[in-house]
Amino acid sequence: MIQTFGNFIEKPEDSEGYLVIGFSPNSIPIRQRWRNNGLSADFLADYIVSFFPKTKDYPSNIEKRTEIKGIVSYVANELMENAMKFSDPESSFPISIQLQLYDDNIEFFVTNSVLKYSVAEFQDYIQKILSSDTQELYINQLEHNAENENNDDSGLGLLTMINDYMAKIGWKFEITNQKTIVTTTVQLSI
Amino acid sequence: MEIKNEDYHISYDNKTMTINCEGALRLGGITEYVPIAELFNQVLDTEPHLITFDMRQLQFLNSSGINVLSKFVIKVRQKKTVQMIVQGSEQIPWQNKSLKNLKRLMPSLQLEWV
Repeated sequence: MIQTFGNFIEKPEDSEGYLVIGFSPNSIPIRQRWRNNGLSADFLADYIVSFFPKTKDYPSNIEKRTEIKGIVSYVANELMENAMKFSDPESSFPISIQLQLYDDNIEFFVTNSVLKYSVAEFQDYIQKILSSDTQELYINQLEHNAENENNDDSGLGLLTMINDYMAKIGWKFEITNQKTIVTTTVQLSI
Repeated sequence: MEIKNEDYHISYDNKTMTINCEGALRLGGITEYVPIAELFNQVLDTEPHLITFDMRQLQFLNSSGINVLSKFVIKVRQKKTVQMIVQGSEQIPWQNKSLKNLKRLMPSLQLEWV
């Protein structure tokens, strides 16, 4: 069964160039892997800005590089953190993040397994995001988190991307008897 | 009060009542942020009339960190006797995009772009 939500987009089939990083979700302990998210996010950001050379012909690129590096680093890190948090720890299905760069747009594709029993909760949360005023939801979530000390998942990653980075986000769930795979797509204007 | 490692440096100067955050904070969830949240709470326990939060050198903060920072701002707001100044840098994209949200949590908070 396939279900899609939000602004889901398929990966382009005839792409001339893209960058993809893939890793096994259970190769090393999560605390060690966590730091790799930041390193991978910074690497992706550095790679993308190399397409905006610093030359005297393009003086506006200097500001653009800083901006793009910041947004790719933030969004890639949040997506990988989510993929790692919600992957099925028993599954050998790899987590992957792919970046696609266009003249005025960057697309992210993140694929990971999900625990079967958490799919319904995840989809409820997606529906809540899609049907709510996300600015209001963000503030309510922060006030709620402030009252609940033991809530380890802040629930802010997707909301900050939508509100502060104007991200268009979509999801595709591929559900079989053996496993559930989710692909999260993010489109950012640059 | 100070927490320092290869990724970040957080300190409090009680003379200037300033919390200084530098580096990149991308810890895994609320649990890993506990020592930092405790440092912030200890600052509040000293009953300062003003807290300045200097983040001009904080290059990166993940959403879990934004949550911890927002929780602290809500605690400061609830005290009612403490003023808060947040110093940010427009050159750092996450600050430019997300720091304004703190004012929505605490309208009297002063956001200074330095």
